Amino acid sequence: MSQTIDYQKIQRSTRARRILGNVIIYASLILWGLIVLFPFYWMLLTSVKSYGSYNAEYVPSFFTLSPTLQNYVDAFTTVSLGRYLLNTLIFTLITTAIMLVVTTLAAFAFARLEFRGKDAVFTLFLALMMIPNELVVITNFTSITNLGLRNTFLGLILPSVTSVFYIYLLKENFAQIPDELYYAAKVDGTSDLRYLRRVMIPICKPTLITIVILKIIECWNSYVWPRLITDDPNYYLVSNGIQEIRENGFGRENIPAMMAAVVVISVPLIVLFLIFRKKIMAGVARGGTKG
Amino acid sequence: MDYKNRKGWLYLLPAFLFLGAFMIYPLIDVFVYSFEEGYNSASQTFFGTGLYNYSYVLHDPYFLQAVKNTLILVIITVPLSTGLALLISVALSSIQKLRELFQTVYFLPYVTNTLAVGLVFMILFKKTAYSDGLVNLLIQCFGGSSVDFIDGPYWAKMFVLCFYTIWVVMPFKILILTSALASVNQTYYNAARVDGTPKWRIFTRITLPMISPMIFYLIITGFIGAFKAYSDAVALFGTDLNAAEMNTIVGYVYDMLYGDSGGYPSYASAAAIILFAIVLTITCINLLVSKKHVHY
Amino acid sequence: MKIVLQNLTKKFPSRNKKSREEVIAVNDFTFEIPDGKLIGLLGPSGCGKSTALNLICGLLKPTSGRIFFGEDDVTDLPPEHRGVGLVFQNYALYPHLTVLKNITFPLENLRGADKLSKEEMKKRAYDAARLVQLEDLMDRKPSELSGGQQQRVAIARALVKMPRVLLLDEPLSNLDARLRLQTREEIRRIQHRTQVTTIFVTHDQEEAMSISDMIVVMKDGVVQQIGRPQEVYDEPVNLFVAKFLGTPPINIFRGKVADGRLYIGGEAVLPVQGVPDQEVTVGILPEGFILQENGPLTCDLDRVEVMGRDISVVSTHPCSENASIRSIINAENTVDPDAATVRFAVKPRKLFLFHPETGERIRFTAE
Repeated sequence: MSQTIDYQKIQRSTRARRILGNVIIYASLILWGLIVLFPFYWMLLTSVKSYGSYNAEYVPSFFTLSPTLQNYVDAFTTVSLGRYLLNTLIFTLITTAIMLVVTTLAAFAFARLEFRGKDAVFTLFLALMMIPNELVVITNFTSITNLGLRNTFLGLILPSVTSVFYIYLLKENFAQIPDELYYAAKVDGTSDLRYLRRVMIPICKPTLITIVILKIIECWNSYVWPRLITDDPNYYLVSNGIQEIRENGFGRENIPAMMAAVVVISVPLIVLFLIFRKKIMAGVARGGTKG
Repeated sequence: MDYKNRKGWLYLLPAFLFLGAFMIYPLIDVFVYSFEEGYNSASQTFFGTGLYNYSYVLHDPYFLQAVKNTLILVIITVPLSTGLALLISVALSSIQKLRELFQTVYFLPYVTNTLAVGLVFMILFKKTAYSDGLVNLLIQCFGGSSVDFIDGPYWAKMFVLCFYTIWVVMPFKILILTSALASVNQTYYNAARVDGTPKWRIFTRITLPMISPMIFYLIITGFIGAFKAYSDAVALFGTDLNAAEMNTIVGYVYDMLYGDSGGYPSYASAAAIILFAIVLTITCINLLVSKKHVHY
Repeated sequence: MKIVLQNLTKKFPSRNKKSREEVIAVNDFTFEIPDGKLIGLLGPSGCGKSTALNLICGLLKPTSGRIFFGEDDVTDLPPEHRGVGLVFQNYALYPHLTVLKNITFPLENLRGADKLSKEEMKKRAYDAARLVQLEDLMDRKPSELSGGQQQRVAIARALVKMPRVLLLDEPLSNLDARLRLQTREEIRRIQHRTQVTTIFVTHDQEEAMSISDMIVVMKDGVVQQIGRPQEVYDEPVNLFVAKFLGTPPINIFRGKVADGRLYIGGEAVLPVQGVPDQEVTVGILPEGFILQENGPLTCDLDRVEVMGRDISVVSTHPCSENASIRSIINAENTVDPDAATVRFAVKPRKLFLFHPETGERIRFTAE
């Protein structure tokens, strides 16, 4: 009899503890969620406040009753935000396209072809993964300058193309395709290039998409190289463009217009992320790092 | 056989050209630069070879400031962000409802432009003629006195930099840790539950050892990443980091290369190689420590 | 510690989100497991036996029904307060801990009055290890052990806290055939020594029959039959149980009862009293056949397999539901392997009649 009472007490206390634990867990998760989301909310909010009302608020209000799109108009007319966006788009698309071709060919060679020196070259490639960008940027800067390619798309794109990690990622995926498929295609007289195009690329499409998305994110956010290689605002990308806007654009005080520019720059990647959420997160988990 | 060899290399050629021109050659060249004394990028001449560039960099007060800033940043952000990410990941994996939503939200900073969102942080922390900024108003709410975090005292600027850096690196760490936690076989937890293991003990004795390889991976990549901090600082304090006393080692390298103080690739190379040496040493130490502490 | 299950039911929401149907993994279990016995919970995969085990140990909460350990109602108790030891299918040994640490792990959780000193823990761990003959391997890590050794560590870990009930989830399925035989003897021996009420889950009927004091046959969440292994084998309550037990399996025929006689393909095989005229499903155990020159059941001979003490006659019959009929016959009989047909008489006690639709057993008297 006494034992049954004891059991009930245990049940009650475990239940209470579980509920308390859940409350703490959800509260802290929501807290961090707010910390993450708040800057986004703030930039959206500020971007729709009018210049006058923003500067009149000593204590900034957390909402606005008279949203305006004037700041977005300013962002595209007063400063060349449209130019920056277009430049970034061109830069991102061309870089990603060249990267895709180069990476696919190299991954195919490593995964499928037999040739002398393959292992040595592959080891060299793996070793290159560990080389920090900071070491090679210096010479690239002088080479591009000496070639007279500053303030050109060519100068922006060329050193940004290669990513050893993506070659490695794709090679691993290619290598999983059974050899039998290749031999069968050989017996049918299929050329290597055709086999690559008709068999390997379709099978490895998910990895290719992941690589493309990661590269797009990387290009869209790249700052160091564009900053070094361009000083003509006609060739600015969004990252150094926003820095230019901040320092010389609207004048330091027009923060709502600046926030409108920030929103415009951030939205494309956020939309891309929301569409390809699973692929991006899986791709990053497999070995991406920021920067 | 010859044809086969040629074909292999042909496929590899584009990648090899790009890597050769923009990675392998620069890698060798940067060492050459770093030993060429008084190199002038305009005339492409130098006086002699030696260690002068290194000695110049190591005696440059701006470089020492950058090293100090970077070290403080590393020491504060790496443990803090890893620990925080661990807590959040554990909390995330203990819930079912809303988990995907939280994961999606937490990942957002990864896909945003560091420079752009940095501006938002700047206006949140900055004190202007019109407003003290939201953070300062909050501080005043709790009875503190306001500080200018962007143009004010050193510790305040360092605080914002650390805060923003942590905000930026968290998504990657949370992602890695939640997938590490998810890969721990559920039966271990069931076994521990049947044995009446208290929650904290399950965490320290089972969960932590099981995911320790991933934690060490994050610590190593965290160190490497934090040592290369640069664009976060630019986002908050503008391009003239030396004036703001907030320069980082990487910032110093780029300033030497380009901009108002630029035109000295030799000094830049020396600084970059010093940075690389520091990172390499710390990574080796990390690996040695992890060999001792990471289970299986 | 006897275990009583009362109307125990567990429903899961369907995995297919569109259909609202629930999956009933355990449906209305009511039975009693006597103290100190070894019970085999037996059924094909997906029949809910692991769910039943998880309900008993407390990892899952039942939808309805009660569970009693002795006189205590433990239905709502969390697992750690039930005093159960559980051995997992994949053993769930902590890979970063040594064997000794793995075994002492449950003891280190004890708090308050039950708290043990380091020496006591070590002593208890060694006692448990000795029971499963592991005392020489205490400093190894699980990855350095063979499958059978890992299995024994898992048992030692479950036993070290002296549970009131020991639960084993498919304990042998990860072992190779020879180890499986050896380990099941081991489990039997350990259970005899400790006298702890033990329930083990398996899909292998041979395994369950060979070591259990009692078997519980399950299908689709419903208990089919409970009893001593021999009883269940000799008197299956329905076609499912009859088909599930025995190696080689029971032979199934389509038959017909008319005028108190059982016909298989036009031949009157056996007189069956007390059965109304109807179509029936007939099950004949492999040992139920008698070679007889003018026996009533004529089969087409396929081949004869010599097994030493016995021979196995493999034949076919148009009314058989199996691809071939296997009969086990004493090797003193001889069968001409080249003959076209072979004729059998049938032992009445080894022949069962089942309802062709429901599969329920139809009783008859042979005279």
